[in-house]
Amino acid sequence: MRPLPSLTRNPYWRFLVAGIRGQSAYPLATVAGLVANATFGLLKGGIMGAAVASSGGELAGYSAATMAAFVWLGQGMLGSVNLSGRSDLQTRIKSGDVAVDFLRPVSVQAAHILTDVGKGLFALLPRGLPSVVIGVLVSGMALPPDAAAYALGLASLLIGITVSHATIYAVATSGFWLVETRGVSVLYMALSGFFTGLFTPIYLFPDWLLTVALLTPFPSMMQFPIDVLSGQVTGAAAGQRIGVQLVWLAVVLAVGHLTTRAGRRRLEVQGG
Amino acid sequence: MNVIETEDLTRVFTGRPNRKDRFRRPRHVAVDGLSLTVEAGESVGYIGANGAGKSTTIKMLVGILVPTSGAVTTVGLHPLKQRRALARRVGVVFGQRSQLWWDLPVQESFSILSSIHSLPAADERVRTAELVEMLEMGEFLATPVRQLSLGQRMRAEVAAALLHRPELLILDEPTIGLDVLSKQRLREFLVAQRREHGTTLLLTTHDMGDVERLCDRILVVDHGSLAFDGTFDGLARTVGARRELVVDLAAASPDLVDLDGAEHVRSESGGLRQRLAFDPQRTTAARVLAAVSERVEVLDLSITEPDIEDVVREIYRATRR
Repeated sequence: MRPLPSLTRNPYWRFLVAGIRGQSAYPLATVAGLVANATFGLLKGGIMGAAVASSGGELAGYSAATMAAFVWLGQGMLGSVNLSGRSDLQTRIKSGDVAVDFLRPVSVQAAHILTDVGKGLFALLPRGLPSVVIGVLVSGMALPPDAAAYALGLASLLIGITVSHATIYAVATSGFWLVETRGVSVLYMALSGFFTGLFTPIYLFPDWLLTVALLTPFPSMMQFPIDVLSGQVTGAAAGQRIGVQLVWLAVVLAVGHLTTRAGRRRLEVQGG
Repeated sequence: MNVIETEDLTRVFTGRPNRKDRFRRPRHVAVDGLSLTVEAGESVGYIGANGAGKSTTIKMLVGILVPTSGAVTTVGLHPLKQRRALARRVGVVFGQRSQLWWDLPVQESFSILSSIHSLPAADERVRTAELVEMLEMGEFLATPVRQLSLGQRMRAEVAAALLHRPELLILDEPTIGLDVLSKQRLREFLVAQRREHGTTLLLTTHDMGDVERLCDRILVVDHGSLAFDGTFDGLARTVGARRELVVDLAAASPDLVDLDGAEHVRSESGGLRQRLAFDPQRTTAARVLAAVSERVEVLDLSITEPDIEDVVREIYRATRR
C-alpha cells in the first residue's frame, strides 16, 4: 500500500507555516501593533460605550457588554485580517518577483493566500489574545455563552481571516493590468474600514447602506466572526453567518483564480 | 531529445502612446524570429548586449512571458499550458531575484522547496547534504536569508534551483557582483554537477570567464535574432578573442614591437607599462613573456581577458557588415 502523504510535507501546509514563522521574525513590530490596537480600542470603546448609554443602554441590539465585545474582538483581529489593501503579491507583481512564484509547481494563488493566512494566525497570539484580555479587564466585555459558541466562533474567525486574504489576493491581481495599484489599495482601505465593521457595527447603518455592505465580502471578514464569537448571534443565525462567509470565500477564490489565469498572460516581467 | 526548441519565436512589446502621437503605440521587437534547438546535456552560453533579447527569450522558455508569435517547447512541454509540469523539470536562477524565504533560515527554504517539489524525506536529506557540501554552505545554513552576503546567497540560490535535480538549469547572470573566488567556486560546482547528472545548462552572462569555463556552445543574440552559434574556439576565431599581457618594466623602454605571436597595443607611463595582445589559440602567455624578457626586465605582469562586451561588439560588427 502506498504510504499516506504526510501533512507536514505538503507544500501548502509549508506555505502556511512559513507565513507563521516569517511573521514571528518581527517581535518589535508585533508589540507596536498591540500598543496601537489597545490605544485605539480604549478610544473606540469609550465612544461606542457612550453611544449605547445615551440611547438607554441598548443600541441596534447591542448592550454595553456586547458592544465592548464588538470593540475588543475587532481590535484583536486587526493584525490578522488585511484592511490596508496592500499585499506582498502587489509588490511582487510590480517588481517582477512574481515570476519566481510562477516557476514553482504549485498554485500561485493558494501559496500566497496560505502564507498570508499563516501570518494572520500568528498575529492572533501576540495581538489577538492580549486585546481580548484588555477588553475583559477594562470593560467587562461579553464572552461566548457556551462551548458551541466558542467552536462556531473559532470557525467563523478562521474563515473570516481566509476571506480577507483571498480577497486581497484577488484585488492585488489587478496589478497584472494596472501599472500602479496604490489607488486600488486606498479604495480598498476606505471601503473595508466601513464595511468590515472596523468603525461601527454595520447594523448601525441606515438600511440602504447595510444592504450595500451585505453585497460585499467585507462583513464576512470581521463583522460576522465578531457576531458569532461574541455570542451576539447563536444557533441557526450563527450557522447562517458562517454559510454566507463560505459563499463569499468561494466567490473571491473563484475571482482570484480567473484573474490569475488571465493576468499571467499579460505579465511583462520588468528588468533582468 | 531536444531540451529547448524554438521556432520563429517573436516577442513584440507595445509601449504606452506618447504625447506627440496619441494614436500610435511605440513597438519594440525584443525577440525576432528566433529559431534554435538545444540538445540534452549541452552547455550553452547565451550572450548579447543589454537589451539584445536574452532575458526576454528566457522568460518565454519558462512560460512567464507569452510569445507574440512562434513556438517554444522546453523539455518537451508547452511552457504556458504546462507550467507546473515544467517547473518540476527545470531549475531557474535569476541573479537579481530570490527564490528563498527572506526571513527564514537557508535550510528552511531548502526544506520548503523540497516539499514543493515533492521530494521524499530521505531524498531531501541526501540531496541537501550533497549540495551543502559541494557549495560549502554549512556555516550559514541556519542564518536567515536576509543576513547572507551576496556570494552566500547566490550559492544558496543555485542550490535551491538544483534541489529537485532538474534536467535543465537556466542561470540568468549567475555571477553578477561576485568576487573572483566566489565565481570560481560556483563555476567548479556547475562543471561537477553537469559531469555527475548530465544537466543541460543555459546561462546568460556578462562574464567571458563564465562562458569559457562553462559553455561548450555559444549563442550570441543581436536585436532579437542569432548573430553567432558555435563553440568558444569558433567565437575566438571569428572575433579574435585576444588576451592582453600587461607588463611593468624595470626601466622605460621603447614600444615592444615585432614580438613573435604578440602585438603591441599601447605604452603607458612613458614606456614603463606596456600592453601586448596575443591570441591564446596560437601562442601562450609564457611564450610572450619569454620573448619580452629577452629584451627587457619585467617587474610585474597581469593578463586581462577580453570583455564580453568587446566580443559581442566584434560579432555584431562582423555580422552586420
